[in-house]
Amino acid sequence: MEPRTTSRRNFLALSMGLPLGAALAACGTSGPSSPGGGATGGGGGGAGGANTTYWYITGQPQEGIRGNTLKRFNDANPNEKIKATTFQNDAYKTKIKTAIGADQAPTIIFGWGGGTLRSYVQANQVEDLTPWFEQNPQVKDRLFESAFGAATIDGKIYAMPCEGVQPIVMYYDKRAFEKIGAEPPETWGDIMDLVPKFNAKGIAPFSLGGQSRWTNMMWLEFLFDRIGGPEVFQAVFDGEKDAWNNPASIEGLTKMQELIKANGFIKGFSSITADSNADQALLYTGKAAMMLHGSWTYGSMAQDGGDFVSGGHLGYMNFPPVDGGKGDPSNTVGNPGQYLSISSKATPEQKEVAKKYFATAILSDAEIKEWIDTGAVPIVKGVDSQYATVKDAAWQQFVYGISSNAKSFAQSWDQALSPTAAEKLLDNIAKLFQLSISPQQFASNMNAVIGK
Amino acid sequence: MSTTLAPSATRRAPAATTRGGRSVGLAWLAVPALLFFIAFAVIPLIGVLLLSFSTWDGIGEISFSGLTSWRTVLADPGLPHALWVTFLVIALSWVVQTPASILLGVFLAGRQRYRAVLSVLYFIPLLLSSAAIAITYKALLDPNFGLGAGLNIPILVQDWLGDPVLAFGVVIFVVSWQFIPFHSLIYQGGVRQIPRSMFEAAQMDGAGRIRQFFSITLPQLKYTIITSSTLMIAGSLTFFDLIFVLTAGGPADATRVLAVDMWKRGWQASLMGPASAIALILVLVGLAVALLLRRVGGGSANAGASQQEGA
Repeated sequence: MEPRTTSRRNFLALSMGLPLGAALAACGTSGPSSPGGGATGGGGGGAGGANTTYWYITGQPQEGIRGNTLKRFNDANPNEKIKATTFQNDAYKTKIKTAIGADQAPTIIFGWGGGTLRSYVQANQVEDLTPWFEQNPQVKDRLFESAFGAATIDGKIYAMPCEGVQPIVMYYDKRAFEKIGAEPPETWGDIMDLVPKFNAKGIAPFSLGGQSRWTNMMWLEFLFDRIGGPEVFQAVFDGEKDAWNNPASIEGLTKMQELIKANGFIKGFSSITADSNADQALLYTGKAAMMLHGSWTYGSMAQDGGDFVSGGHLGYMNFPPVDGGKGDPSNTVGNPGQYLSISSKATPEQKEVAKKYFATAILSDAEIKEWIDTGAVPIVKGVDSQYATVKDAAWQQFVYGISSNAKSFAQSWDQALSPTAAEKLLDNIAKLFQLSISPQQFASNMNAVIGK
Repeated sequence: MSTTLAPSATRRAPAATTRGGRSVGLAWLAVPALLFFIAFAVIPLIGVLLLSFSTWDGIGEISFSGLTSWRTVLADPGLPHALWVTFLVIALSWVVQTPASILLGVFLAGRQRYRAVLSVLYFIPLLLSSAAIAITYKALLDPNFGLGAGLNIPILVQDWLGDPVLAFGVVIFVVSWQFIPFHSLIYQGGVRQIPRSMFEAAQMDGAGRIRQFFSITLPQLKYTIITSSTLMIAGSLTFFDLIFVLTAGGPADATRVLAVDMWKRGWQASLMGPASAIALILVLVGLAVALLLRRVGGGSANAGASQQEGA
């Protein structure tokens, strides 16, 4: 009897203790490192036990620059080191939401401002940085004014704008235009005229990674703006009843479907994703003539596209005006910046380290140079004077010009809206592009979630 | 996962308690499993139940709001659509997989040596993760850079994942490609359990191969078919990763099954209440299907037999 009982007890102890322990340990490591752990253990940490954490997104060249900036800060501040964890873009979006919901956020939260930041603010999860910016005007005044819009919720600033400005621009392949003997479009009418000409030559007029959905959205952002001006979407953002029923928005949606019906986009666009960069590849391999996309694609096209960029085949322009439209053709849309917030659950020491990081490391001269070298336009005033010597000077002057001259620089809709409304929007945009709903149905579906 | 765990755990419990005098001793063995079941299935299920009566964006305060979330979900035309798509995925993947798995299983149950090699080869798709499979197929099916364009085979250049009907077909095909090996393995085991004497007797009576298949193999495989179908259906009900990576529920909701619908509501739209309601609907549908299959399979007789023959 005796040995059996002990063995059974051992078995139970093993079976319960081990896996549970392992499971708990797994929970601990898969989550963010807890602030408490560092304070008591002092792992690799520093005096004061701050153990400040920072999560950011992978993908070159941005990841490298983020990492270099962090390394410079950690080297200069050996006692206040910040610990970083990196995530892939889509994984990060889910992960950060889970972590914040569970009060386990990193000290420094990377984000895109707008609707998501608003949801953090409403849940009291991020620090109000307004007083800090008031005390440190030298931090604020050197950055683009337009970058602060998406960081401001109800008049208070909750995030530090960082990195570069990323307007959406119209790219085109000069070789494709030579083949059909045409000039780049100057109006929406020109676009519609070009479509049959390119199709006749076996070149798709536009490349599009439609499965990603936000890629389709960029078209609507511009059409709404060019037809009715920025007020059209502003009314949606402000939660005005039936704002999507605006005649300008119906006209924009109708024009969109006209372009799709005319085979304006590459065959099979709904199965192409933007994260695989297949849409860019269609442009630089000559399969498509034009592409509406974020300025961030310039760098990867230069890197992956052989001599497409270096050989001068890539052309670019702002979205052309729509005949009879009210919107200012200098307006643009996209990302007015990227954003870093501080978790309100962080300790005072961690918050101090984070603020020091914002003031001394973010967009330091060394970082600015690195961004410029990749073809980006950091959100720092007067940075255009540094473009004269770099190899992508013309491109960077163009992006700087668009961003600084735009009468309105609207934030991408899916970032500006609440996650609930944004998801509904992306769903309906996918259906609109599939031609499975009419412009009017789109407007009614979207009116149902206004202000949500 | 929780839907597949539930039946097997309840099935195991009576077996442990009905074995006479030694039952008390053996019941202890169920304790760890039970604890895990409570920790990872029952408690989360209660959490989901509570969440379905709340409105929560995943970050802020959880406020209980009665039946609001349920009303939202039940009034949403997206729910019948997702149910229909889920049902189609279950039905079509069963229709495609079952005959193919039975034939492959019967074939592989032969004793020749080369069949062992083949069965290892056929088993490979199951070893790959769903995400890897989805990414691979996505690349192969790309209309511009995929297999069709690369090998210059026009028939393969289709808008595979961009056309609602084609995309649905692709999902069924890839699911089948991934899981037929597993079910073939179950059937292979099932066929090998059939006493050889039955085939020998049939042969003496002059029955050919086809007659033997329909008169002996198929009836003898009854419980194996039920086991395999249960696994298949419970599995198809929770398909998420493969569809999510392959089509993300698109194009325009053509492949938006319940599990994808739940994820999109919960994580992308920050509607945890309605997402929890969907999760519960998923559990209920799963339970209903499992019970139905037990009915069809002849109740308790099935429990013992499938335990013996199944995975």
